Amino acid sequence: MPTDDHILLMENITKRFPGVLALDDVKFDLKRGEVHVLLGENGAGKSTLMKILSGAYEKDDGTIWIDGEQREISSPRYAQELGIGIIYQEFNLNPFLSVAENIFLGREPTLAPGVINWKRLFAKAQEILDELNVNINSKEEVGDLGVAMQQMVEVAKALSLNARILIMDEPTAALSRHEIQQLFRIIRHLKKQGVAVIYISHRLEEIFEIGDRVTVLRDGKYIDTRPVKSISRDELVRLMVNRDLDEQIPKKKAKLGPVVLRVDNLCVDNRLHDIEFSLRKGEVLGIAGLMGAGRTQLARAIFGVDKISEGKIYVDGTEVSVSSPRDAINAGIGFVTEDRKSEGLVLNRSVKENISLPNIRKFLSMGVLDFEKENRTVDEYISKLDIRTPGRDQNVVYLSGGNQQKVVLSKWLCSHARIFIFDEPTRGIDVGAKKEIYQLMNELTAKGVAIIMISSEMPEILGMSDRILVMCNGRITGRLDGEEATQEKIMKYALGELNEAV
Amino acid sequence: MKLFEKIEFDQIRRYGTVIGLVGLCLFFTLLSEHFLTISNLMNVAQQSAIIAVISVGMTFVIITAGIDLSVGSVLAFSGVVMASALEGGLPIPVAIVIGFLVGFGCGAVNGLLITYGNLPPFIATLGMMSIARGAGLWYTDGRSISGFDDGFRFLATGEIFHIPVPVIIMIVIYVIAHFVLTRTKLGRYTYAIGGNEEAAILSGININFYKNVIYGIAGLLSALAAVILTARLNSAQPIAGIMYELDAIAATVIGGTSLMGGEGTIFGTLIGALIIGVLRNGLNLIGVSSFIQQIVIGSVIIGAILLDTNLKKMKTRSKR
Repeated sequence: MPTDDHILLMENITKRFPGVLALDDVKFDLKRGEVHVLLGENGAGKSTLMKILSGAYEKDDGTIWIDGEQREISSPRYAQELGIGIIYQEFNLNPFLSVAENIFLGREPTLAPGVINWKRLFAKAQEILDELNVNINSKEEVGDLGVAMQQMVEVAKALSLNARILIMDEPTAALSRHEIQQLFRIIRHLKKQGVAVIYISHRLEEIFEIGDRVTVLRDGKYIDTRPVKSISRDELVRLMVNRDLDEQIPKKKAKLGPVVLRVDNLCVDNRLHDIEFSLRKGEVLGIAGLMGAGRTQLARAIFGVDKISEGKIYVDGTEVSVSSPRDAINAGIGFVTEDRKSEGLVLNRSVKENISLPNIRKFLSMGVLDFEKENRTVDEYISKLDIRTPGRDQNVVYLSGGNQQKVVLSKWLCSHARIFIFDEPTRGIDVGAKKEIYQLMNELTAKGVAIIMISSEMPEILGMSDRILVMCNGRITGRLDGEEATQEKIMKYALGELNEAV
Repeated sequence: MKLFEKIEFDQIRRYGTVIGLVGLCLFFTLLSEHFLTISNLMNVAQQSAIIAVISVGMTFVIITAGIDLSVGSVLAFSGVVMASALEGGLPIPVAIVIGFLVGFGCGAVNGLLITYGNLPPFIATLGMMSIARGAGLWYTDGRSISGFDDGFRFLATGEIFHIPVPVIIMIVIYVIAHFVLTRTKLGRYTYAIGGNEEAAILSGININFYKNVIYGIAGLLSALAAVILTARLNSAQPIAGIMYELDAIAATVIGGTSLMGGEGTIFGTLIGALIIGVLRNGLNLIGVSSFIQQIVIGSVIIGAILLDTNLKKMKTRSKR
């Protein structure tokens, strides 16, 4: 039950999505005038919890008290009325409208129905901005403001709605150091006025600077709530990752051969810096990191999708220039993308067409598709990978996630790729199919294929990798041997903690 | 069970337009004794040939999730350039090749604007629609070029084994296009680009190159249609082919090609073009005014797509 100084109390919150328990009996409380940090890995359930609080999702179970009264937050509108404001990473501002119009969008003061009272609109907006002590003119166009100032407009908008609970989702992700200080000043100002802030961030140093208490979630479960003053960084990291590794990952170590891929001083504009690593035949190189660490960008650069601004890539000891995916495919690289549906497959085409897409040349004789050869090859992969489909002509949209993933794998097996890049290979795949994917990886490495596996799932990274690279902010911040790696070590590197020369 | 449903639906989808075409023919046969005669049916085929040929290019373009609004204007422009070459005394094959180059060139410019200029196909081809139209008018000073020798006119008025030459051209183009779309790399890539461009790129397909080829083909086929039209009218007019793009889009879409890309067949487009041809011809025969004809044709387009989308919805529902 809530006490008097509670502005918010959430208890026994449970949320199920098809196939996943996103939140399992989670609790969270917020006191007037505090900054309460919500911390957890990707997929820990932070966003889901906040979406329930802001009315975007409906909870399956649990109770929410606001100001001591039990409430069913049935819509974003009702959340707003209850004084809950949320500021997303991507702002919901219209860049072509003025600051004032954005703040009062849909609630403009009027002279007569349908006629906006511009004078009052600008004055009211200016009042709120001045209150926040930020130097913004309410008549300015939002698109002309910097990211930090746009964020202030979001804050002002929330305050104009009388928000007393302000949710900030990674508010500093796009801010410079100076701008972060400005934001913190505003947050302290809000605190004094009794506004409570829920602050989501991965940056530990910020948590210690601005937070009062911190709640850690892990795998959809509530772990602990602690005052920031009495917790150390190491302890926080441990709370985030300290799960029992009981999931059985059927890793079979393959015999390692010579280096097949070497990446030397690779840079991509401002997003990747000095990436250096090598990969051996039969090896699984895990790449860990938090969202936005640059892992997918690295994969795209190696695969020739994004332009490399500096650095070299060697395959089998010879330098290769990968300026297009075709070059990468020809060099023997296959890319199993994170998002099968938007990047890996042509959903409304058949299993056959998808498998043969990068390999059509193999099935051409005198420029004409040899259907017999194509069908034979495709059927071979369907049976070898046990793709459950009524036939090769079934559209892949009707297959399950695991079977779709196998179709993607078949594409690259068929192209005789010797270096596989897996980006989140088991995301959105049920447990049984996951095991099959791991078995397939084992089979691949046994045959001498080398694998780069990007994954946010700790058990997967720890279970499958021979070596692990950890990335943060476009750099490699840690290199670990599969055996010596622990969740804590990985998380420390992923948070950019131990930025030692490696 | 699932498999059974799928086959059933695809059959309805595939044969739906054919059933519609047959139904239309029956309808007009009952209302007019002149409809179901060899000579009239040949007439329908001949009249449909021009739109049908343009629709082939349109089908390729729409399968890539694009659109080409310039086909009618490109037809006119390549037609007058070819005609002036004939008028200037160049041999027929040379003049035709010049016309083809103009058509292909316009299409390739569309392709370049779309791929390297990052323009939406709607905008690029809308601009080309005006540019090619203006170029044709400017080139001829607004006049038509008329009077060609019989060798050229044979391409529209001639018959081989009692089949009009335009119908033969149409059939040849459809056989080739069907083959290209189902049995070649270009065909597979066309579907892949429209179905999921990102996946196509990540499968190593140079999508810019293939888009250029496809828009070039659309322009080329407009030029071929210009040959037939010019030979039939014995005159090349800079104002020819106005609104042809709409008929071609209609034929393609009635034939089951999705404007979202990734789906469609050449056979379907042929049926779509014939449906439009039969409607025009039949309505003429039973004396419906050309004003009302437009209303009927518009309604048929809407009706066909309504039926298609709703059948699709039913299908997804039965899946779940």
